[in-house]
Amino acid sequence: MAYNEQLVAEITRRVISALQSAQQPETENHPVSAAESPKGFSIREIGEAPVGAYPDEVVIGLAPAFGAAQTKTICGLPHSQVLREIAAGIEEEGLKPRFIRVADISDVSFIAKRAAVYSGSGIGIGLQSKGTAVIHQKDLYPLSNLELFPQAPVITLEIYRKIGKNAARYAKGQSPVPIETVNDCMVRPKYQTKAAILHIKETEQIREGQKPLALEVVWQDGE
Amino acid sequence: MKSKRFEVLAARPVNQDCFVQECPEMGFIAMDSPYDPAPSLKIEGGRVTEMDGKRREDFDFNDSFIADHAIDLAVAEEAMKIDSLEFARRLVDISRGKEEITRLAGGMTPAKLCQVMGHLNVVEMMMAMQKLRERSFPANQTHVTNKDDNPVQIACDAAEAALRGFAETETTVGVARYAPLCAVGLLIGSQCGRPGVLSQCAVEEATELMLGMLGITTYAETLSVYGTEKVFTDGDDTPYSKAFLAAAYASRGMKVRCTSGTASEALMGNAEQKSMLYLEARCLLVIKGAGVQGTQNGSVSCIGLCSSVPSGIRAVLAENLIAAMLGLECASSNDQSFSHSDIRRTARMLMQMLPGTDFIFSGYSCTPNYDNMFAGSNFEADDFDDYNVIQRDLKVDGGLRPVTEEQAVSVRMKAARAMQALFDRLGFEPVTEEQVEQCVYAHGSNDITAKRKIDEDLRSAKRIQEGEINGLDLVKALAARGHEDVARSILEMLKQRISGDYLQTAAILDRDFHVHSSVNDKNTYRGPGTGYRLKGEAWEKVKAIPQAFDPKTYQGG
Repeated sequence: MAYNEQLVAEITRRVISALQSAQQPETENHPVSAAESPKGFSIREIGEAPVGAYPDEVVIGLAPAFGAAQTKTICGLPHSQVLREIAAGIEEEGLKPRFIRVADISDVSFIAKRAAVYSGSGIGIGLQSKGTAVIHQKDLYPLSNLELFPQAPVITLEIYRKIGKNAARYAKGQSPVPIETVNDCMVRPKYQTKAAILHIKETEQIREGQKPLALEVVWQDGE
Repeated sequence: MKSKRFEVLAARPVNQDCFVQECPEMGFIAMDSPYDPAPSLKIEGGRVTEMDGKRREDFDFNDSFIADHAIDLAVAEEAMKIDSLEFARRLVDISRGKEEITRLAGGMTPAKLCQVMGHLNVVEMMMAMQKLRERSFPANQTHVTNKDDNPVQIACDAAEAALRGFAETETTVGVARYAPLCAVGLLIGSQCGRPGVLSQCAVEEATELMLGMLGITTYAETLSVYGTEKVFTDGDDTPYSKAFLAAAYASRGMKVRCTSGTASEALMGNAEQKSMLYLEARCLLVIKGAGVQGTQNGSVSCIGLCSSVPSGIRAVLAENLIAAMLGLECASSNDQSFSHSDIRRTARMLMQMLPGTDFIFSGYSCTPNYDNMFAGSNFEADDFDDYNVIQRDLKVDGGLRPVTEEQAVSVRMKAARAMQALFDRLGFEPVTEEQVEQCVYAHGSNDITAKRKIDEDLRSAKRIQEGEINGLDLVKALAARGHEDVARSILEMLKQRISGDYLQTAAILDRDFHVHSSVNDKNTYRGPGTGYRLKGEAWEKVKAIPQAFDPKTYQGG
């Protein structure tokens, strides 16, 4: 019976959400939310994000400036490709990615924790604009995590795909082997100051009190 | 035409470092920001009503905490009246003792402390540090980690580090769930290398506290403090929650220090336009107000940013010095890689090594940096001989001693065997003969092909995490398997919590478990001929690097 109640609640939420997004004119979207890349990549905020009811999803929480005021990571990877790799990794495991914007905080641990809390599976991924990523579980302390990738400059697209895959495996109740941590002790001298600048700019995009927003992510490059 | 001279210069390691122009608006300024407040303090009815230009009704929680708990109102009026330049001169004046300096510094506001620092160059700061350091002699902490989170390798590396003279060992992990097992490796390895070495596991605060309460670690350090309210609350914390956490450790007789450091606020996006040093001075007063005996500071993991602005490395020494002035134990960082240039990283290190601080490094990577899970230290295992030679060249006690290969291999083997016996006794994934041999003789994890079964190790770690196995269980298991000396050392470390002597400022333990702190072994430096000097047995050990040959027996070639 509990399952049915959950189902009813979820259907109601989705219908309301669909109605709201249909009724909302473009001006309802936050002005910085749309970021078109030359290939037609776009992120649109479509109202408050629902809390997921099904265990077959992994929620990816994007930091305030991700794909919006900022469009590439600290080492130049386009945000569109980062999201596509993570989504592909999740889909390869047979689960569904769902994107939300965590607009009220720029700390990656808290973004990831929020994504996990909103995820039907209890597993979420947090992503900062500079590229830092965390895999989180809803019952863990915010500053703990399942896997942390603190050195954004050494995260490749291949690793983002693995992050998606591993997150999905946790969501399926498996205990995947953690992704081997790439460790480059010269990242700090090369990138820390740049990371600080990007983080300051991310923090400037914070919208105080804003609840997580549902996102529509589109890649229109023929795939 | 391109200049060949400039082509060569451009290729130098230092030019791979990142340098940025000052930008006070973003907090990218080491000291003396035009937005830093001027020092001021108003006390009415025994209560601070204005501090550094801000009235009480405008205080944030750091201001309130400092005003209510940190500043010694009994001396504040006297201290704030002293001209900052005059006080800066007292810092370097050998006729002015540490007691006088610390007493008056206790009555100063953050802006006042920074104004004093602004008058000092780095040599003057080093002179002051030599006098104001808490413990009579300097020591070091080491990082013991590897990219596999292999607890057997941690045990071997900790044993060698302890042998080399480190008084404290610190580990962390790539995979959070590995922490309990790595902490066990660190504890056992440290006691195998030299009884009495303190060990900690830097992880998420609740787990770190739990490991401490279980007796798997013997001190804690990662209680982070921040200079702006926004950054503090982003970490889900306040000065009050930190004070409470520190009290939780102290209530169980466990040594603890806080961690702070310049540039953390700018790095986290909320510096409120203040200079890095001003925000750190606030942190140090919060730590003092919380009643914590010491701090790890010196920009710590934010050194990449602090060192990219002008006078950043000077600010690092200034923040170490403020800690010492306030009577806090200072573990002075030098623990994070910040430069591609060997010249630059040595110059930065000398600021703390020459005067000596309570812990010059916090920590020095006792593994090659590729295994350093704190993202690399300023000095690593490959630098051991350079460091020993610098001590010998300058006759400066940097806290380390030369060792021979035989000694190192011997303690590494002792640690690996203890781990093997313990894991067998507790029903953990066995430590194979191949793993023992590879961990004992490895330079780092790249040499270890006999890897641990991670999922099995995580299962063992979970048993510790869930409280099934505590420090006393380790004692019993090791004793039952014939490693009685290691068992006894761990038991002694647990007993320290009952006497509590190692909660005193700047405390470390010697191999007979005697405490050396600023209470029973305080810094008495007052100029030439006074205080701790490198001499006698210690100097003989520093002199005796194995590379030096006997001229009497030299026959040519």
